[in-house]
Amino acid sequence: MRYAMAIDTKKCVGCSDCVVACQIENKVPVGFCRDWIVETTSGTYPNLELEFRSERCHHCANAPCVRCCPTGASHIEEGGVVLVNPEMCIGCGACIASCPYDARYPHPDGYVDKCTFCIHKVRKGEQPACVEVCPTNCLYFGDIDDPNSEVSKKIKKRKYKRLKTEAGTDPQLYFLI
Amino acid sequence: MEEEIIISGRMNYKVDPTLSIWGWEIAFYLFVGGLAAGLLFFASFYYLRGKEKDYPASVKWAPMLTPFILILGLGALFLDLHHKLYFWRLYTTLRIESPMSWGAWTLMVITPLSIIWSATYVREVFPKWDWKFQWLYDLEGYFIKHRRVLAWILVFFSVILGIYTGILLSAFNARPLWNTSILGPLFLASGLSAGAAIIMFFSKNELERKLFSQLDLVIIGVELFFIIHMFMGLLASTEVQIEAARLFLGGPYTLPFWIFVVFIGMVLPGLLELLELRGQKIPAMIPVLLILVGNIMLRFVIVYAGQASRYLY
Repeated sequence: MRYAMAIDTKKCVGCSDCVVACQIENKVPVGFCRDWIVETTSGTYPNLELEFRSERCHHCANAPCVRCCPTGASHIEEGGVVLVNPEMCIGCGACIASCPYDARYPHPDGYVDKCTFCIHKVRKGEQPACVEVCPTNCLYFGDIDDPNSEVSKKIKKRKYKRLKTEAGTDPQLYFLI
Repeated sequence: MEEEIIISGRMNYKVDPTLSIWGWEIAFYLFVGGLAAGLLFFASFYYLRGKEKDYPASVKWAPMLTPFILILGLGALFLDLHHKLYFWRLYTTLRIESPMSWGAWTLMVITPLSIIWSATYVREVFPKWDWKFQWLYDLEGYFIKHRRVLAWILVFFSVILGIYTGILLSAFNARPLWNTSILGPLFLASGLSAGAAIIMFFSKNELERKLFSQLDLVIIGVELFFIIHMFMGLLASTEVQIEAARLFLGGPYTLPFWIFVVFIGMVLPGLLELLELRGQKIPAMIPVLLILVGNIMLRFVIVYAGQASRYLY
């Protein structure tokens, strides 16, 4: 089993609903976020192209944050989900410095916090909060090892890109283009 | 021309707009860690070479400082932690892949050893010192008898401590400036240079001063070679590494790096030492101070500039 997410950049409008849903579901402290929107413009005027991406932790298969954690607080759970155990985290910041996506932040309570793919909901058979709430249905979450899952079908059918693969992280967010 | 504008709705504390998770605490710790490594290396190395009588400042006096500076460094590390009360979690596991983990264990070994090493010489350096309890005298006698074993362990762990301060940073491939394996040897050389400078300052013996002045000159040469090497490596690498090198080649860290680290911290003291070896009278204090300033600046510049270097989208 390997959890992954596909983000349809053709459908994403950058409304930030996913960000707010995550903040409410996971009680993210004010001023912080576990997922965010990136908006890029490329090309030369007047031939410009706009792209919206809903981004979060990439739950890398080769996660530098897990490698550099001195206590083992950062670890990989079932389905390849990268999690932090607050009881073991000393807040040294090594994982924050090691993440090429800057997906982690120091929680005001001291430990390091990040996207969990809402594993507490997924275990109950539900979808992550960001996926549930997306008004354009541009987020697809599921088991990439299962060829019949929605996410597998999307990746098979559509062209996609993954971000900063040159960092050697083997990221598990697939941006459909 | 293709341009890309990135707008992000994210403003996480200490992460955006540029990473600033590590501040002065880490830079200061890297400095004192390197300095302690340099002092302990020279102390144990010259003890093992049987030069205890010839080079008393290096074997006996200068190491007296190491317990204090190591404890200061540990204090800075503790201040840096965000989840302070859980620091003991470092010592419930040893994770080989994490330089910070084996660095923490190295500190756990070397700090008590530095205290023991200093304690075995404290009565020679301060003749009026009184241990007050007989069992402390017995313990002192035991460690003096086994000084050779202590020295062997110290030689080994001081090199690890010196090199680990660089590897700690170079293990992060997310920060292209840090992600160069030359950082370990560079920080080790820099720590040895700081150690040699302190020994020069303490030494009252002409022969010892001359030796450490010459040693320091060689180490400065090695450091400059490493720095040139670092730039060659970065500039011959991928675009993210070239961008990282540009932080020092016209970017915001150009002045602090070339003026404070390279000129004030390496070239100038090197020239002064050269003049002194040629027979000019130069107060030892000047090159020593310059070297220490350069040392601190190297750590600060690398820690801060590294966090400004990043993967491009």
